[in-house]
Amino acid sequence: MSTTPATAAARRAKGAPGRLRNSIGLTWGLAIALAAVLLPFYWLVIAATHTSNEIFDSPPPLTPGGNLFHNLSTLQTTAQFGRVVLNSLLIAVVYTLCAGAVCTLAGYAFAKYRFKGRDAIFGLLMLGLVVPNQVTLVPLFKMMADLEWLNTYQAVILPNLALPFGIFLMRQSMGTIPDELLDSGRIDGCGEFRLFLRVVLPPMRPALAALGIFLFLFQWNDFVWPLVVLRDSASLTIPVALASLKGVVDTDYGAIMTGTAVAAIPMAIVFLALQRHFVSGLLAGAVKE
Amino acid sequence: MSTATTQRPTGQQAAPRSGPPRLTGRRLAPYAFVLPAVALFAAFKLYPIGWSLVLSLYKSVDGTDTFVGGDNYTRLLHDPLFWTALKNTAVILVIQVPIMLALATALAVAFNSRLLRARSLFRLGFFLPMVTGLVAYGVIFSVLLNEKYGLVNWLLHFAGIGPVPWLTDPLWAKISLALALTWHYTGYNAVILLARLQSIPAELYDAAAVDGAGPWKAFRHVTLPGLRPALLLTTVLSTIGTLQIFDEPFILTHGGPDNATLTIGVYLYQNAFTYFDFGYASAIAYALAILIGILGLIQFKVLGDKS
Repeated sequence: MSTTPATAAARRAKGAPGRLRNSIGLTWGLAIALAAVLLPFYWLVIAATHTSNEIFDSPPPLTPGGNLFHNLSTLQTTAQFGRVVLNSLLIAVVYTLCAGAVCTLAGYAFAKYRFKGRDAIFGLLMLGLVVPNQVTLVPLFKMMADLEWLNTYQAVILPNLALPFGIFLMRQSMGTIPDELLDSGRIDGCGEFRLFLRVVLPPMRPALAALGIFLFLFQWNDFVWPLVVLRDSASLTIPVALASLKGVVDTDYGAIMTGTAVAAIPMAIVFLALQRHFVSGLLAGAVKE
Repeated sequence: MSTATTQRPTGQQAAPRSGPPRLTGRRLAPYAFVLPAVALFAAFKLYPIGWSLVLSLYKSVDGTDTFVGGDNYTRLLHDPLFWTALKNTAVILVIQVPIMLALATALAVAFNSRLLRARSLFRLGFFLPMVTGLVAYGVIFSVLLNEKYGLVNWLLHFAGIGPVPWLTDPLWAKISLALALTWHYTGYNAVILLARLQSIPAELYDAAAVDGAGPWKAFRHVTLPGLRPALLLTTVLSTIGTLQIFDEPFILTHGGPDNATLTIGVYLYQNAFTYFDFGYASAIAYALAILIGILGLIQFKVLGDKS
């Protein structure tokens, strides 16, 4: 935050008659680009309310149709979609809470304690950012099969709890807590864990919100790993169910588009509601040097 | 895991003690805090990484594994499909990533411009695709890009552009994949770059203006150097992500037509979970990891000499 008074750049903004035209040009140009970017969302909502035949009509439908509820009931009968949505919600919520705790605790320790091996341990964890997930895909699958955990929630949730990106994000945010605050808590007789719960966490709420949204989105949208460990149709998450529906011959695209809308639209709304925290929280991790 | 809390059942207003206050608790606490992360990471990342290396030395047939040494790796070198996958992945990396980052830079500069109205609205709108899961947008794009009935070809028809075989022609399938990736990630990269842009001091632009630099010169000599760390970060992240790319081709094109969009990730998945050749799949995974390691190292070297 610079406190410089009006700079030349700011002064320039008010001057010059061509300015206004440029401004309108830029804004409209970007608005057209944005319309193109948002078109898939509009089309998704439209398609979700039509039958498969209507979707592939020529010309394609551009206004809502009347088939939404029929699509939902098709989803329910062919894919147990209610159960699938419930699976997704449950897995994402439990994952967010647990991974949030693991990443926050570790991030706090890395940011605010000096201990032997700190940098080595942190470096090791960050290895996870570079090693592609595909490397562990097969052994993890075998591990889950040996544990007889295929088709279970824990098989989806456990392997990604110590998410390197989450730990990194939390270390960055926790660095902003002043040491004086921790010391004064200690002088007041706070144990280390209580200090974390009572002194550290409350002011970190925005960063925690960012982490929470990120973890929830990550799990809600995750595809490959759930695809590998979830095979039983009653245990699937939404992305896996959608992908499996698409493979079926005689695909009902109306139903698939409705399912896709259920996967995408609530997340978009949640994101729009909480974006202020999310973007600033992510950036705290991304851009600091 | 409560080494710290068991220390003392704290009375609410315990008087500050003389002497070193609970040094042991303070010394042990960080280990307790990182323990869950380290244990989970060791069990579900490090251990499988090692196991994968062992697996890559075995051949799996009908559930029995035979030790074959480096055979999987030799096979890899002579496997035309692997080279096709590598080439496809490289093409996407070399063409899509620079185009996307250039677009993201332009967007970030536009977001940062005083000329733009309703800035936060634009920032949000362009970020929204990032929230959409890979499967969801794969499904949407596969319908939108349908050659005969898709909305995109219907719109192009009005501009007098004939039906484009988006997903059925080898070249267009690659372009479709690049389009989908660009749609998904550009806004995200733009927001990262924007944050960096906002930290470039306005005085630098003033000085450039005093020296008679136009907008283009100011961009070249002030904006770009200032963006450099963020550009490198987005390049590294995009490279790592692109090399692993799986979901988009898997959903959008199934690696086709004629393997035109077969990526290393898709090929690995096919070998592991279609042919159940875990050994060969592991060898592919290691080849991929080595590739990422090398490219990452090169980019970190470049990153490292930032002032």
